[in-house]
Parts: sequence; structure tokens; C-alpha cells
Amino acid sequence: MTAAISNLAYLLAAVLFIFGLKRLSSPATARSGNMVASLGMLIAIVTTLLFEGILNWPMIIIGIVIGSTIGLTFAKTVTMTAMPQMVALLNGFGGGASAVVASAEYARYINAGGEIPLNFGIAIQLSIVIGWLTFSGSVIAFGKLQELVTGRAVTYPLQKTVNAVLLTGMLLLVVTLVAQPDNVPLFLALSAAALLLGILSVIPIGGADMPVVISLLNSYSGLAASMTGFVINNEGLIISGALVGASGLILTNIMCKAMNRSLANVLFGAFGSTVQEIGAGGDGGEKSYRSLSHEDAATMLAYAKQVVIAPGYGLAVSQAQHAVRELADLLQARGVIVKYAIHPVAGRMPGHMNVLLAEADVPYDQLYDMDQINPEMPRTDVSVTVGANDVVNPAARHDTTSPLYGMPILDVDKAHHAIVMKRSMRPGFAGVDNELFYLPNTSMLFGDAKDSFKKLIEAVKEV
Amino acid sequence: MIEELVGLLVVFVLAIFVGFEVITKVPPTLHTPLMSGSNAISGITIIGALIMAGRSDTRIGSILGVIAVAFAMINVVGGFMVTDRMLHMFKRKPEEQR
Repeated sequence: MTAAISNLAYLLAAVLFIFGLKRLSSPATARSGNMVASLGMLIAIVTTLLFEGILNWPMIIIGIVIGSTIGLTFAKTVTMTAMPQMVALLNGFGGGASAVVASAEYARYINAGGEIPLNFGIAIQLSIVIGWLTFSGSVIAFGKLQELVTGRAVTYPLQKTVNAVLLTGMLLLVVTLVAQPDNVPLFLALSAAALLLGILSVIPIGGADMPVVISLLNSYSGLAASMTGFVINNEGLIISGALVGASGLILTNIMCKAMNRSLANVLFGAFGSTVQEIGAGGDGGEKSYRSLSHEDAATMLAYAKQVVIAPGYGLAVSQAQHAVRELADLLQARGVIVKYAIHPVAGRMPGHMNVLLAEADVPYDQLYDMDQINPEMPRTDVSVTVGANDVVNPAARHDTTSPLYGMPILDVDKAHHAIVMKRSMRPGFAGVDNELFYLPNTSMLFGDAKDSFKKLIEAVKEV
Repeated sequence: MIEELVGLLVVFVLAIFVGFEVITKVPPTLHTPLMSGSNAISGITIIGALIMAGRSDTRIGSILGVIAVAFAMINVVGGFMVTDRMLHMFKRKPEEQR
């Protein structure tokens, strides 16, 4: 009877998660959706505490207090620019929790004599593999985003062979363990191999490919939760985990499409491990570009009818989101229409730019997706590209030799004037020279984005 | 045993389809809150963690249980709170500000 009650309560929690996610379909209802989902979680937790025969209360309380305190501190102190790291870390804890639960369940079976029914045996091994892989992969992703580990793609000889051998070895371990569950050393070897695979599979992925990796790890963390559901025979966990797994997969797919690359290419391509020589694959010889002063740029902006701002990771790096809003406010006060063009892979995670700009109080109806804004570019007087590079490279449209070829881009070059704010002429993440910089209607505005915006603000006031 | 596993597999596959249907409708502007929010949902592992920590049959089991509870709670509390913080910032019209 109590099992029936608790299972109904878990079902209710899962239904609330679905309703919560449904409300995320609009920014107006999203916040209440998050509340609905957290209510679902509260119901699930209370049900477990009441109906699952909890005997060891001190342990539970210690765990809850430690976890909540750390979670709360993270949530309150993280800056919007550091959100990708935060999400990477959360993914990791989710995966880690699943792996640890599976280990605890394994320890219980071993303690009880080592007999594990086949269905639970399979679930435990899979949970261990996905959980630890998610954990160590996320920790590396966090390290890369936090710049504790190099953001570039790290490659070593026989990379793919090593991963393939490791994966095959793990498969053999899983099969052996399902047949002979009481082999503890093999179980520990499987755990270690999963941790190693997580590290090795994220290390070769470069910084700008992080949106794909974080989405994929997000999906894994959901799948890990689902696997825990199989381990403890709980449909609520399976449903909730599957929702997250699906969400991560959708995002992964969107990110890959936005870069016109397959998932396999992102995971194994080691994109951005080398920097191409400027002009390589092109016409060769010196190309000339124009740079302009902040005063000239300010005049151009102040007398424009429509300005489109295309932000990239550089905006986050220089924390320029407030300065850009201030400039936009000034321009709007002068009657200029200001719109923001958001490329799906701008920044280090899906929606990164939107959150940054929202933090600076930019209303979300001024943010436009690539498909919405591109048709407007020819009618735009000035486009301002700030800290974005590969996502605005026109070579992606026509240069079949370019690694970026086929990637959908923001058509900032189609505006009457294109201003590119950049620190130097260094190529972007893909290591490809950007032909946008050398177009006749492009002007370079050199300097740190935040400083440049401050100078532009002063200059616009003078106009 | 295997019948049980297949039954759960049915639930799993159907839930993935529900997930696809619901999440396809989330606009790109909310993709970061979607990730952190769904992350909090994957903290549902807390159920398993609480059950493990609440048993008192083996020492190793309850130690692992506490670690799992702490990990999952970071996920749940951190995920929901940070999502709320982000969503609070999404505003519509300039008039509504300040």
C-alpha cells in the first residue's frame, strides 16, 4: 500500500516536471514553470523521506545540509558570464550522484552474498559507466571553461585508437560483470575506466565547441538519473531522467546544426587545435583593412536608422554587457532602432548571450535569432560585431575550402557598414582568417570591448 | 526479471518522446535556463540517494549514500535557484524596467 502511495507521488512529481518544462516555452511563464518543477522535486523528496523506510536520519541530514549549502552558495554567487561553468559542474554532480547510488546498491548486494538479479546487474553497470563518464567529463569541461585547463583542443598520438580500446575494454567489463557480479576488482576497474573515458573524451574538444559538449553532458546526466531509476526500480526517476536526456539531445542537435558539423566531427575532430596561417587557402599576399576611430564610429551609429549588434564570447570575456546596453539606450533615445542578433553557438553554451544581455536589462524582445535577423541585414545601416568571429565569417557561405564552409552565419557584412570590435587581427577559434575584416564596407574598431563601448558612449553624447 | 526490465524500458522510451515534444517548443532565448532547470530535474537521483543513505545495513553503503545525497542536493538546490535567478532577469518591455 505504501509502495502504491509513494509511486503515485513520484508520478505526480514527474507530471509536475513536464508541466514545468512546458511553461519554459515562453519567457513570460518560464519562472512559474521553474517553481512548478521545484514543487515536483519537493514532493518527491518528502515522499522518499516518509515512505521509503528511512532509518539513518543523521546521515541524511548531513548530506542534505552539505549539498544544499554548496548548491545555494553556487546559485547565489555565480556570475552570468560564468554560467557555462556552473552548468558543467551541475551536470557533473548529477552524473556523480547516479554513479555513487549505483555503487552503494552494488555494495549492498555484495554484502548480502553477491547475488544480483540480471536486470539490476545490467542497470548498475550502465549507471556506473554513464554516471562516472558524465562526472569526469563535466569536471574537465568546467576546468576548460574556468581556464584551469587549456581551452584549446588537446591532442595526442593514437587518440582515437586509445579511446576505442578503452571503450571496447569497458564493454567487455560490463558483459563480464553482468555474468559474474561479485567480482569487486573488475567493478572498480570499470569505474576507473569510465572516469578515464570521460576525461579523454572531453580533453580534445576546444573552447568554442563547448556548447555541444555541455549539451551532451546535460543529456548524459539525465540518462544517468534514468539508469538510477532502473537500479532502484523507480519509474519516477526513469521518466524525469528521460526528459532531461531528451532535452540535452535536442540542444546538442541544435548546436551541431548551427555549426554545420556532425556530432562525431565535434567529438573527434579536435577542431581548433592548430591556428592556420593568415591567408592560407586564399589568394595569398597582403590584404588591407580599415580601422576607424571611436568618434567616427559614434557618428555613424548616432545617425543610423537601424543598428544591429552581434555579440559573441568576447562580450562575456570583457564583461561588456552593461556597457553595450548603455550605448543602446543612448542610441534609442536618439530614435535609432537597436536590435541584437544572436547566433545559436555564440558564447560557450546554448543561450549564453541571451542570459548575459538579460542580466544587463536588455528586454528579450530586442534579441533576434539568426533566421529572424538575417533578412533585415540589407536594411540595416550599421552592424556592430563584438567579440564574435567565426559566426560572422562570410567565407562560410561561399568558400568551399574553408573549414567553416556551410555553417549558417549572421550576415553582418550585408549591412551598409559593418563595424567589428576586436582586440587584434588574430583569427577566431576555428583558426581561420575572417574575410569580413577585409571587405570594403567593414571598419575595425580595435580595443577591449568594454573600453570601446565606454568611449563610444562618451562620443555619442558629444554628437 | 527481464520482463520487469522491459516494462521499465517502455516507460523510458515513451518519456523520451514526451521530452522531445515538450522541449522542442522552448525558444533559443531560454536555452541556458532550460539547461540549468533540466539539470535540477536530473537531481531526481536524490530519491535513490536518500534511500541508500537511509539504510543502516552497511557502513560503506551509508557513506556512499551521504555522498550521493550531497551531490544530488547540489544539483537540485543549485539548479532550481540559479534558474530562478536567471529567469527573474528576463524582461519584456523597456517601460517595465525600473
